[in-house]
This record gives sequence, C-alpha cells and structure tokens, in this order.
Amino acid sequence: MDADPPILPRLRPLDEQHSNERLKHDSRFLRGTLQQSLADPVTGAVTASDGLLTKFFGIYQQDDRDLRDERRRAKLEPRYQFMVRVRLPGGVCTPAQWLALDALARAYAGNTLRLTTRQTFQFHGIAKRHLRKHIQGINAAGLDTIAACGDDNRNVICTANPTQSPAHAEVSSLARRISERLMPRTGAYREVFLGAAPPSTPLADEEPLYGSTYLPRKFKVALAIPPQNDIDVFAHDLGFIAILENGSIAGYDVCVGGGMGMTHKISTTFPRLSELIGFCTPEEVLEIAEHSMCIQRDYGDRVDRAHARFKYTIEDRGARWFCDELAARRGRPLQAARPYRFESSADRPGWLQSEDGRWHYTLFVENGRLSDLPGRSLLSGLRAIAGVHRGVFAMTTNQNVIVAGIADADRPAIEALLQAHGIANETGVSALRQNSMACVALPTCGLAMAEAERYLPSLLDKLDEIIAAAGLRDQPITIRMSGCPNGCPRPYLAEIALVGKALGRYNLYLGASACGDRLNALYRENIAEPQILDELGTLIRRYAAEREPGERFGDFTIRASVVPAMIAGRDFQR
Amino acid sequence: MATARERDEWAHAPFDTAAVERLRSLISGFDANQRIWLSGYLAGSSASAAAAAHPAPGAAQRAAITILYGSQSGNSERMARLLHDKLKEHQIESALLDMIDCRKSHLQEAQKLLVIVSTHGDGEPPERALSLHELLRGPKITRLDHLTYCVLALGDSSYEKFCEAGRQFDARLEALGAKRLRPREECDVEYEMPARRWIDDVLTLVGTQPGADTLPRISESESRIATISTAYTRRNPFQAPILLNQRLTGRKSSKDVRHVELSLEDSHIRYEPGDAIGIVPKNREDAVDALLEASRFDAETPVRADSQTIGLRQALLDYFEIGPVTPTFMQRYTAAIGSPVPAQAGESPDAMRRYLYGRHLVDVVREYPPAALNPADFAQLLRPLAPRLYSIASSQRTASDEAHLTVSVVEYESLSARRHGVVSSRLANLAMDGASVPIYLHRNGGFRLPADPRTPIVMVGPGTGVAPFRAFLAEREAVGAGGRNWLFFGDRNFESDFLYQSEWIDARKRGTLTRIDVAFSRDQSDKIYVQDRLRANGAELWAWLQDGAHIYLCGDAERMAPDVHATLLEIARMHGALTDEQAAEYMADMQSARRYQKDVY
Repeated sequence: MDADPPILPRLRPLDEQHSNERLKHDSRFLRGTLQQSLADPVTGAVTASDGLLTKFFGIYQQDDRDLRDERRRAKLEPRYQFMVRVRLPGGVCTPAQWLALDALARAYAGNTLRLTTRQTFQFHGIAKRHLRKHIQGINAAGLDTIAACGDDNRNVICTANPTQSPAHAEVSSLARRISERLMPRTGAYREVFLGAAPPSTPLADEEPLYGSTYLPRKFKVALAIPPQNDIDVFAHDLGFIAILENGSIAGYDVCVGGGMGMTHKISTTFPRLSELIGFCTPEEVLEIAEHSMCIQRDYGDRVDRAHARFKYTIEDRGARWFCDELAARRGRPLQAARPYRFESSADRPGWLQSEDGRWHYTLFVENGRLSDLPGRSLLSGLRAIAGVHRGVFAMTTNQNVIVAGIADADRPAIEALLQAHGIANETGVSALRQNSMACVALPTCGLAMAEAERYLPSLLDKLDEIIAAAGLRDQPITIRMSGCPNGCPRPYLAEIALVGKALGRYNLYLGASACGDRLNALYRENIAEPQILDELGTLIRRYAAEREPGERFGDFTIRASVVPAMIAGRDFQR
Repeated sequence: MATARERDEWAHAPFDTAAVERLRSLISGFDANQRIWLSGYLAGSSASAAAAAHPAPGAAQRAAITILYGSQSGNSERMARLLHDKLKEHQIESALLDMIDCRKSHLQEAQKLLVIVSTHGDGEPPERALSLHELLRGPKITRLDHLTYCVLALGDSSYEKFCEAGRQFDARLEALGAKRLRPREECDVEYEMPARRWIDDVLTLVGTQPGADTLPRISESESRIATISTAYTRRNPFQAPILLNQRLTGRKSSKDVRHVELSLEDSHIRYEPGDAIGIVPKNREDAVDALLEASRFDAETPVRADSQTIGLRQALLDYFEIGPVTPTFMQRYTAAIGSPVPAQAGESPDAMRRYLYGRHLVDVVREYPPAALNPADFAQLLRPLAPRLYSIASSQRTASDEAHLTVSVVEYESLSARRHGVVSSRLANLAMDGASVPIYLHRNGGFRLPADPRTPIVMVGPGTGVAPFRAFLAEREAVGAGGRNWLFFGDRNFESDFLYQSEWIDARKRGTLTRIDVAFSRDQSDKIYVQDRLRANGAELWAWLQDGAHIYLCGDAERMAPDVHATLLEIARMHGALTDEQAAEYMADMQSARRYQKDVY
C-alpha cells in the first residue's frame, strides 16, 4: 500500500508552524491593525505584529540604539524611527525621481540617503507621524516600497547600468518584469498608506501567487552579465547569468540556492553559493522565476525561521530534486548549462564610454552614504547633477552610483558639478577602500552586534598605511564589514571579511575569490582592532612578498594554506 | 496652653481640631512607657490593615519564591518558565518575574530568589536586566540580608567575559548580605542539560526548606516603632537626601525637566496623593553678590529679617526675593530714593507690566542706584523669600519612604542676562552622593482622589502639571481601585518632552490608565494643546462626567487653566445642550461638590 504523499510544509496546520505564519494568515493580507498603530500618538512605534507586516511594504521599525540607555533612564520609550527602502528593480531611477527622493530625505530622513548593497535607496530616521507622507512622496514620484523587506520577493538586481549596452538594457528590463511578476498584490499598501478605500466586499484571495502566508522568508533574484559579477550572483536564491552569443543574449544559465546569512555557532546555518542547474531562453525566465519562488513557497521550512531560506531547502533536498520539481511544474526540463566566465565582482569607478559613444561615471560612495560633509557634498552634489542630467542614475550593488547615459556634449557640465561639490572620485583612494563595503549597523539596525558603517572607514585608514607600506595601494582587495552574521553586505564573498560578534569584536574571514564564486573561511574568532591590524598586517606583507604575478589576495591565502578553499556552505561553520 | 512649637507639630497633623484637642489631652497624660507601647500597637495594627487592604493583584510580589530572569533571546526566560512549572508540579508556588519589572519592593518582600540570567555580547547583561543591575548598585538598596538566593548563568565561552552578567549578580547579591542556597552554575552555549540539572538541584533545595511561608514581609519603615512625628516646617525643615536626580527630557529638548527622588527615611512624613513638598529656598550666591555690587551696600550691614537681625548678605541669601520686580516695589523704591518712576513705566499699569517684564532687582538697582538709602530700609521693601512647592509625583504605597518630584529647571535670558530659578537651579546641580534638600510637607486638602475608588477621574496635566497624576495612578493601582482613569498630557515635542512616557505606556498596557490623549504643540505647523484634545473628545468626556467623573487640573495658572476651563464650558454647552448660564452653573456645582479640583501655579 502506498503512503500518502507528505503534506507540503506550507499546508501543515498553522498551529504547527512558526507563530509568524499565523500572524500573516490572520492579517487580512497584511492589513493587521496598521491603521490604528499609525494613528496612536502616544508611542512612536507600531505594535509588534504590525511591525512584521510593515516589512512587506519596505518599512522597518528601528530605534536609535545610541540613545536607548539614556532614554530608558529618562523614562522615555526608545527613540523609534522607521527605515524605508524603495523597490527599484535593476537599480535605475530618473533624475526627476532622484530629486523627489532627495527632497524626501531632507524633509523626513535627516538629510541623508543610503545606497544599499542591492541597488536601491534606504531612508532612516523617519518618525511614525511622517511615515504616510513619506510613502506618499515616494509613490508620487512613480516609485513604491512594496516587498522591499519581508517574506517576499525582494528587489530584483542586475549588473548595473542599463545604458551601457543593448544587452544591459534587455537585462534591466527583464529585472523590472520579474519584479512586477512576483510582486505581492494586496490592496493593503494602497489602503494604509495611499488613502485608497477598502473594497466593499473583502477579496477572498488577494494573493494568487503568495497565498495568505506569503513565503517562509525573503527571496532574492539577481541577473548577471558576464564578465561582470558585480552583483555576486551566487549569493542569491535565484540567479540568471546572461549567455551572450554574437553580442546578443541567447538565454540565461540558471542557479539556485545561494544566500549569505547565518547565526554564529549554529552549524546548521551557513552562507551558501548557488548551484548551476541549467540554461533557459529569455522567454522562459519569467515562468522559471515564478515556479522557483512557488516551489520555495511550498517547501520552505515554516517552523524554524533560521532554516527557512531557499538555500536550506536546496541543501536538504538537493538540486536534483529541485530540477525535477521545476520540470514537473513547467512541463519540461531546463536545457544544459552553457559556459560563461566571470572576471570580477567589483565596480569600476570613474569614466567609461559605451559603444554608442555615451559616457557613464561611476561615483565611489563610501558605504553608500550620501550626505553633505565639509568639502564633500555628496547629497547636494548629486541633487545638482540630477538637475541637469538627461540620462538615468544606476545604483550598483557595491553601494555606488553611476551617472549613466551622458551625451558627449554634456560631459563637461557633469564634470564641473562633480568638482564644484568636491565629490569626484579622489585620486588617493586605495583600491582596498574602493572595494570595501559595510552595512549600516549602529545606531539604527536592531540586529547589529558591532559597528560597521561607522567603523570601517577609520579601520581602513590604518589598513591603508599597511597597504601603502607594502606597495599595494592600487591592488584591488575586497574587504567587507558586517555588524552581525546576517551578512547583508555579502561578507562571506569577500577576500577579507569582518563579521561582528560584540561591540569592538569581530570574526575575521579570508580567502574568497575576486569574482564571487568561492566563499571565505574563518581565520580568527572574536578579535579586536589591535589583533585585526596585526593579523592583516602580517598577511598583507606576506602577500606583497610572495604573490605570483596577477594573483589576488584571496587566492594567495588559499595557496599559502592560510585558510582552506571554501566552496560548500555546509562546511563553513564546521 | 499649647506652645508655639506644639501648635506647629499639630498644625499639619491629619486630624480635625476637635480630634487634635482630644488626642493632645489624652497623650499629655501618658508616661514614656505608655507612649512607646501605644506607638508600637498603632504601628502593628496599621501594618496589618495595610496588608489587608492589598488585594490579590499584589500577591505575586509576595510569594516566598521568586524566579527572577534576565533574558536576551528567550533562553533564560524559557528556563525560568520551566523551573516555575516544575515547582508547580511539586505543589510549590513561585512568582515569575522578568528583571525589567523588578522593583525595590519585590526584593524587599522576596524570601528566596532564584536568578537566571544570560550574558549578552562581551560581558553585558541583557537589556531587560539593566535597570535591575543599576538598582542593585544604587543608593536605594543597602541590605538584602533577609534573602537566600542562587544564580544560573548562561553564556558563551568564546567570549572573554564568560557568564559575566551572572557573576555580577551573584557577587552583588552576596555583597548586599543575601545568603547563597548553592554556588553559581555557569552554562556554555549548550546550556540545556546543565540548566536542567540546576533546576533539579534547586527543586531539592527549595522543597526541603522548612515552612515556605507566604506572609507578606512588613517593610522596614512600617515595622520601626513610629513616634508621633515632629512635623517638619519651613522653619524646621527635614533634610531629605537625594536618591535620584534624573533628567526626563530628551537630548534635543528645549527644556530641562528632572525627576527627583527624595528619601523620607526617618522623617515619619506621611503624605497623600495631591500633597506637595515645600522646598526651603536659598538664593544663588552669584545673584546675591551681583546685587551687592550693583547697590554698593556693605554685605555685613545688620538688617531685620524674619524677626531676627542678621547681616545683609545672609538676609539676601535666605530671606528675601531678589528676582523679578513688582509694580509695588517700583513705586516704593523710587519714592524712597527720591527718583521719579521711569517714564515709560508710569503711563499705565500695562506700561508698567511691560517695563517690568524680564527685569530683575539687580537691573533696577543698576539703573537707579540706592545712593543714600539705608540698606536696612532697602531690605524692608523686599518681599519675603517664599518656599517653592512641588506636587508630589509618587504614592507612599509603592514608594514608602520616598517622595518623587517633577522639577522644571528654570533658566532663561532677559535683558541680556542669564536668569535661574531659585530652587530648581540648585536642585539641578545636586548629585545623588549625599546631597540633601531642606523640605517640609505641604498638605493640599483641595486636591484629592475621590473617596470612592470606583469613581472615574479625568486628569489634565500638561508639562510638570502631570506630577500629581503620577501619584494618583500609582495610588489607584496599588489599592486596586477599579475606577477608570483618563489623562490629558501636553508639551512641546513628542520625541523629547513626553514626561514619564514609558510609564504611561506601561500603565495603559496594564489597564490602569484607561485612556491617554496627548498634544505636542511644536510638532506641527499649527499649535495643538490639551484643550484641543479635550474638545476633540468632548462627547466621551461628557459621558464620563455623567458617570460621575471627577476632573483635575494641574499646571500653569495663567493661560492653561482659563483655556481649559473655557473648553470645559464649551463641552458642557455642546454635549450637554446647555446655555452659557447653565454651563457655568454646572461647572460651579462641580466645584462645590469637589468634583472639579485645581492645583495651578
């Protein structure tokens, strides 16, 4: 007698699932008690359950952690404030949109904009009573914040700059279509934030794709155009690698099951590189994206959120299983994967000219932070550029921005503005710093265990001395600092990574590749600055002395047996 | 015939005149032994009355075994609950207490303390344990030698300061005189098994201890033999040590408001919600010296002050107002020095008021030197230095030997000079290490909670006016009063001026505070005040009044009180369908029925 097929994790009784699942299910497609929460003037917070729901709208409740202790003693609640992230598929916005976002940053978000590691904008510090106006401002510019956080398909990213070539334009357009195809459909966003009237009869199924419990956790899709792997395609749940033949896109290699986050010391959690499973034509991409997400929707762990990402579903059941499931749902299997080659995961700062004669300027923005400092007015400078620019702005996944599609005749005006605001790429910046990334961490991120954005620059000052002394100022070395092991700045794919454990203490990882196809490995645990400088100093000097021509630092540390080559995520925390 | 001192002692006693006479005549006939016996008897019977008055909700505080947990990610809490359940299986009652809720009274009333705490980051206590961590180190807790305890510490040995929070709690409790039941147990990341073994161990230790009694422990101050207290007065103030001087306003606030906790230990002062503390003032030395310099008076000149003869400087420091100037003073001073009243001031009372706005005595003296005027005569023109009264922001049911005050530090600039409030500026600078303030109790019989605890109350207290309402709510919660409570609060900015915000939020969560409405005048382009909130909720407010609610106003007398009063009239007209006359009569009736009470200044 055959056994009944096992019940899909998604369909098990809600009481057997993680409590967030019931919360989502009962929320009437993410409405919850948001209206009441926003209206309560006594607290700057929304309720805990509403706080989970707002994430689906790109809104994340935070509090200023620098002030926590002081305010607790003063019998004041934490200084609650909201982070808002824009949905910006492919990372492209128009100058008019840039100006609108700039104005919102000045009105409600402390005069600063943050470019993220996934090609979009983040605002911080928004008071609850300004939240609606802020969201309305974003929507008035033709943008939205839907699914920028939460258990859904996040911002779809692709190799930056749609105006760089026809292939880039095609991929950018595809990113947008994937984002729209996989977007939540609930009317809650418009009702709660944009003043739309609720439907007269509640809709039975506002989410044909997601259902009432959405996904087990976030889902990230990325598209890369070789030889650039600026987006770190293997760090994402679902990756599409453009295969160019004779200058145009023949189709995409598909890879599944990548993801960065882990929990310190819990060896069943780990970062994972996605696996190549086949090839598809451009016309097949949307259906494959949809089916992949639905497979994860059905099979992802709904009990243990630390085990709920797609990478664990693939790890546990195998890529083979996934291919079979995908083939069953599509009605046919993927084709065999085709060859490609990645050279680098870095941006290329400075001027670049594409074949059509247009110019593109990649502005290096340290840690993606746009603000006005004495002598370097990034926020106002870009606002001025947006005032005259007739192309687009393309955000990169390395927290930089490309002023893209500049006609040759317009280039001098842009250069003049870069100079006038002191924001042109400085010539003295080390390649190490240009290849650095840090997440926001303190004071706003509730998950941070240690500083990142506020600390990496000063650590780099000290490392720059070591680098310069070793004669390596122009040698690109990727270095990423993360305030906690969740890995938002993709630390596990950096040649040098510092992952926070406690204030002032980091794990040091070494040995990832320069093109994002190998993880790094733990070298030292729980160390503070003196030891960081000591360890890296020793290794950098060795590298300078012993490296082979053209050898990258990450590769050197493997060859010199400083750390093992780490490919399989499951070995990461062993 | 009562002496002046005896009259003083009884002046503030909570008895009517007839009762005072009876008591005085009775007591005067007792010898010392009889008095001591009587005071012990009264202390004992009032303690058990207090115990009887405490209803079941307070019982959790008084269980003999308290499981106190400090959790960051839920592990300590989970172990605490497990312990609680296991004790229950063995028919042993215990109270489960999150460290964030732990107050001094919990520690005083506990007998066995089972502490489970994790360490966060590198040696940090979990956030929810911080306030307790500080309480155990502060001046409020000096001995805990009635306690037995043991600690289960969770941690991660990859950090240098392994189980540091647990170690600190263990050491601190020992230093305070508590006795260990067993040595501290430390657990690494795999804590499940060692924690369960500790639980089993504790079960044995606690189960075999004789007679886990559940009688409430009478607090220190009540068990002490109470003597008929000397009533402290302005002349004979009590030196109250400062336990806490905590800024309440946030970093970016335009104001500096303090929460001050005074110790009343050994004073035997008993107060009721609504009462105030009078602080005996002393002028600032720099202000007095500036005045002396401007006047060129000899600092040592003998002058009459408060029926004594003392040096001018001393008199100016302790007995006379030397700040803002009154019209009366201007008239008499200018007459005394033979000078005409300043032209711009003399035209009308309004002109005089405008002239005097922001003008202090030192400014007048600089502009119109006293020349030949006798310092003693000059002193006679000054108003006596008045004590500053602060509504008490606590209830003795929860803060038994303390009085809390909400003090706005007065500091402003006028005529290019920095001015300071007499008492508030002195208080602002007093630290908690042994400093004390001279105080006395100022009874405020006209500002009292309703006798019936089920009566709803509406409290309107913008700014520091909110102070007595903190006392009202603490009192009502402690006695388990069932009446609904509605607070209207207002100030400048939500983010930095919401006095006692986290307490109101907690009270609302617990249900003690039925409703709270707020108005922050500077958070939007149009100014919103408490009266606007009253008006917006007029219908509901009227319903409460129909249910017999009492209304209380506390705060600014000049603008807030009349504006609120006008709004109440408006509400009566609109929702009560009354004419102007009827509405005015309604409010007047409320007043005589003692249902509409004000404490405005």
